[in-house]
Amino acid sequence: MIKRVSFFATCLGDTLFPEIGIQSVQLLEKLGCEVSFNPRQTCCGQPLVNSGFQAKAKKSMRTLMTALLEGGNEYVVAPSGSCVLQVKEYGEFFKDDPKLETMAETLAGKIWEITDFIVTVLGVTDVGARLKGKAAYHPSCHMTRLLGVKEPPLALLANIRDLEMVPFAGQDKCCGFGGAFAVKLGPLSGAMVAEKVDNLVEAGIDYLIGADAGCLMNIEGRIRRQGYDIKVLHIVEALMTGER
Amino acid sequence: MSIKTSDLPLNERLRKELDDKFMRTSIARAQDLLNQKRSDAFAELGNYEQWRENAAAVRSHVLENLDYYLNQFVDKATQNGARVLFARNAQEATDHALAILQKIKAVKAVKSKSMVTEEVGLNEALENAGIEVIETDLGEYILQTDDHDKPSHIVVPALHKNRDRIREVFAKKKGYTGNNVPENITRFVRKQIRQEFLTADVGITGCNFAVAETGTITLVTNEGNGRFVTTTPKTQVVFMGMERIVPTFAELDIIFSMLVRSAVGAKLTSYLSLMTGPKGEKDKDGPEELYIIIVDNGRSQVLESGFRDVLRCIRCGTCMLECPAYRHISGHGYGTLYPGPLGLALVPILAGYEEYKDVIKICSLCSACNDICPVKIPLYQSILEHRRIIAEEKLLLGSVETFIMGLYSQIIGSSSLYNLGAKLVRFNDLLPKLGPLKVWYKERELPEISRERFRDWYRKHESKGK
Repeated sequence: MIKRVSFFATCLGDTLFPEIGIQSVQLLEKLGCEVSFNPRQTCCGQPLVNSGFQAKAKKSMRTLMTALLEGGNEYVVAPSGSCVLQVKEYGEFFKDDPKLETMAETLAGKIWEITDFIVTVLGVTDVGARLKGKAAYHPSCHMTRLLGVKEPPLALLANIRDLEMVPFAGQDKCCGFGGAFAVKLGPLSGAMVAEKVDNLVEAGIDYLIGADAGCLMNIEGRIRRQGYDIKVLHIVEALMTGER
Repeated sequence: MSIKTSDLPLNERLRKELDDKFMRTSIARAQDLLNQKRSDAFAELGNYEQWRENAAAVRSHVLENLDYYLNQFVDKATQNGARVLFARNAQEATDHALAILQKIKAVKAVKSKSMVTEEVGLNEALENAGIEVIETDLGEYILQTDDHDKPSHIVVPALHKNRDRIREVFAKKKGYTGNNVPENITRFVRKQIRQEFLTADVGITGCNFAVAETGTITLVTNEGNGRFVTTTPKTQVVFMGMERIVPTFAELDIIFSMLVRSAVGAKLTSYLSLMTGPKGEKDKDGPEELYIIIVDNGRSQVLESGFRDVLRCIRCGTCMLECPAYRHISGHGYGTLYPGPLGLALVPILAGYEEYKDVIKICSLCSACNDICPVKIPLYQSILEHRRIIAEEKLLLGSVETFIMGLYSQIIGSSSLYNLGAKLVRFNDLLPKLGPLKVWYKERELPEISRERFRDWYRKHESKGK
């Protein structure tokens, strides 16, 4: 049966890194899904919540829930574990409003991080990609620790032809992004990403692959600042390379 | 000392620590080493998650029934011959201690390591009254000798110093002429401190956990100095945080199994001292008089707040060792006696949001602490909740941040405003790098943004019939 997917591009994937959204849609379509995108969607509100402005975030939560649930697709898929985590927690914010709480619970039951969706729902671990070189995976904190999606991205990466995945020191440590943290405490965030990048350089890789645009934007910015020759890819981009 | 350990504003404090490459190397090495030891110790124990569940359950149960267990403990300890005093705040705690020490005309006190005495500022209070105070924990002794340097970690207070720096401190202050070999430095210190033990009028200790059923005080130490403090002087004063209690020895076993492995990656510390009452008639050593000061100092406030779980803390310091922010700034960067994730979760509610609204920013919300806390304190959630209270209840954030966040909430709350905003963002490279962009750019490049948004591509993609 064809899986009908409502795609949540996330604000970073929509506005700053359209390639992530484009490759996500093409990957899902390639795997036989029927994908739709509702342009009324906005941001998950995490920048507000993480700074403490939870009440202020509620309006955007309603906007996003309405947009993602419109059309009644069985699945909602996003290329970011962090945004998916935020959406899954919406119910907590509407304890005083049974209608919105139900809406939040419904959405929480439908939304998937893209690698988790491909592996767990579609049952696919080999998407037929080919990428020559040596790569490391940065497990983003929210996706790995709080959403609990650890294995699916690794399973997908392991099946990319010609790609050697290597570990690196401090692999599971935060890259220092943390959303507004990166600009509120810039120098500290900078020290954290500098250590991450030093460790990546040490590992001698051609590609750094991750599954959350925020962390990748941070790491990529630091790599470029230091002029290192490491290409940063969102996992959907890696999975769409060198199609056979 | 008190809960506040620095008067520098947040950004200056962080800058100072980030510039200390020496400290950062020491802390990073210590983190990696201790984390590996802890992980090995728990692997050997097995059933890690079940142990965490049990330890968390013990602590939660005690907090829910704290009045009962405190009463039981006080009754038992009193029956054992100890004198128990309650202190509502730091002032009362130090006043109690001063009254006891002045009564026995004490001029010198030896101490074993205790966070709660630092929290209430005991050393300053005693020193102001003309009583000499000697820290006998090696780490604390190093700091005291180094002109009262501040602790950078709650278990390993001199974590920010390595053997070379420690050698320098003793060479300069105590005339040490040896090399930087830890054993030699320790031998030297031991000789110094031993004299102090023998001439002290009073021993002051903390209490890792009290056992309610038996009225027992316990101390977990590695150097044996705690044992000395509790056996040599005639009078012993114990400071105990109000929540540091377990029902019986069965629960103590669970808590210590977690504490020692978490704190130092060992199965057991070299010394585990259990003290039930003062010296009895048949005892060879021990204090003739035993005082126990139970300190509230904000804990009742925490208990009544939504942050009760934070009081589960067993002060192992694991969250600090896992924290990627702590790694670069050590405990000093926080400017609070309790640093790291625990400090963020505990200090604002223990000591007030107004004073500590900034420290809560030192967290990238990576949640590594949540995954390793041996008593499963929801540190990540507590930090987020503090931020909410600061931003939306206490209204303590600056007007600029509040305005920007308000504006952002309007933009993402509306599909059409968001659509417009997303268009404008594409031209960010034309904007001067100010405010947040400037901060970002200082450390790393800004993303290279294409003129086309995902939604623009999708419209074309859709009209092509996919």
